[in-house]
Amino acid sequence: MKALESLLVEKGLVDPAALDALIDTYENKVGPRNGARVVARAWSDPAYKQRLLEDATAAIAELGYGGRQGEHMVVVENTPTVHNLVVCTLCSCYPWSVLGLPPAWYKSTPYRSRAVIDPRGVLCEFGVEVGEEVEVRVWDSTAELRYLVLPERPAGTEHLQEDDLAALVTRDAMVGTAKVVAPKKAGA
Amino acid sequence: MNGVHDLGGMQGMGAIEPEQDEPVFHSEWEARAFALNIAAGAWRKWNIDAGRHQIELLPAVDYLRMSYYEKWAARLAELLVKHGLVSREEIESGQPARSSAKATPPLTAAQVPGLLRSGAVASRNVSVAPRFQKGQRVRARNINPAGHTRLPRYARGHVGTVDRDHGVYVFPDTNAHFLGENPQHVYSVRFTARELWGEQASERDSVYIDLWDDYLEPV
Repeated sequence: MKALESLLVEKGLVDPAALDALIDTYENKVGPRNGARVVARAWSDPAYKQRLLEDATAAIAELGYGGRQGEHMVVVENTPTVHNLVVCTLCSCYPWSVLGLPPAWYKSTPYRSRAVIDPRGVLCEFGVEVGEEVEVRVWDSTAELRYLVLPERPAGTEHLQEDDLAALVTRDAMVGTAKVVAPKKAGA
Repeated sequence: MNGVHDLGGMQGMGAIEPEQDEPVFHSEWEARAFALNIAAGAWRKWNIDAGRHQIELLPAVDYLRMSYYEKWAARLAELLVKHGLVSREEIESGQPARSSAKATPPLTAAQVPGLLRSGAVASRNVSVAPRFQKGQRVRARNINPAGHTRLPRYARGHVGTVDRDHGVYVFPDTNAHFLGENPQHVYSVRFTARELWGEQASERDSVYIDLWDDYLEPV
């Protein structure tokens, strides 16, 4: 990679400082904390949640997130009867603007091949229990729409403020391979 | 193309291996490979569909063997040569040809936030009539183009229901080959798991696939 980079820099095709800035953005600025803030807001503000489900791109932009690989967003809501799971079987499409760059497992052939044919088996491997009565919806990101799962707000978090709620929301919960768990009560 | 990249429904790929506290990049070269792809893309010599197709063109054994960023690195080298930014000889020697004049990079560090913020909008604000309506039953066409397509094999020939109309978007099958944007409606089409996978699948489950007008036919 070093050889290719120095060739491109020498030819004036890329600016090494731009490379540093790109890397810094995805290592330090854009990541799943963005998505967690979106989820926490939706849990705290019913009107925001409504806007999020109707026009996710605009609602996410209200919090200042958008742009590359988040230009066209769709949010799908988990409920007691519906569990959503996001995949890209053809490459590795992922909502960068709210989740950052995808983890290796999301880009791997085992996940991409199995998520559509055996979503319950995949969820089981991730330790997610989905009852027979629950409908599993798999979203294959074959076009430029990018999907974010709005997880269920766990019971026992009614007293929590938005910041504390956001701290509970994991990357995997927003892909659909985890549920959000309430914090253990102090002393419990 | 019916390549190994079209993985949906394949079996025998092994276990999914999530990594605890995974770093964004596993090593410096991965980070550089990622950033070089984006910075070189700022020359606008190719589009996102052509970039995806270039990865699909990797030999199947290489596609399965290589890591994600190894594929990105290989893809970049091919695109640079194909679009005349770098010659094959330069890649091999690592040295600019004596005759080559020094260019000015189209992307500076100061321009990075703006580039990422504006993104690349793939929808098109043109008036194109939708061929299908929400709630309509549609069949994914049985097409097997040799070039780029975003119609996965596992959906072809199967019947689903239009769940929503996302609006008008660039058509990858032509755009990837620089044959025009051919903007058309994209729908989220719901296929029941039983329709796709038969009796073994749960009768409650479904797969939603985003499909362009040209991938669909009325039932």
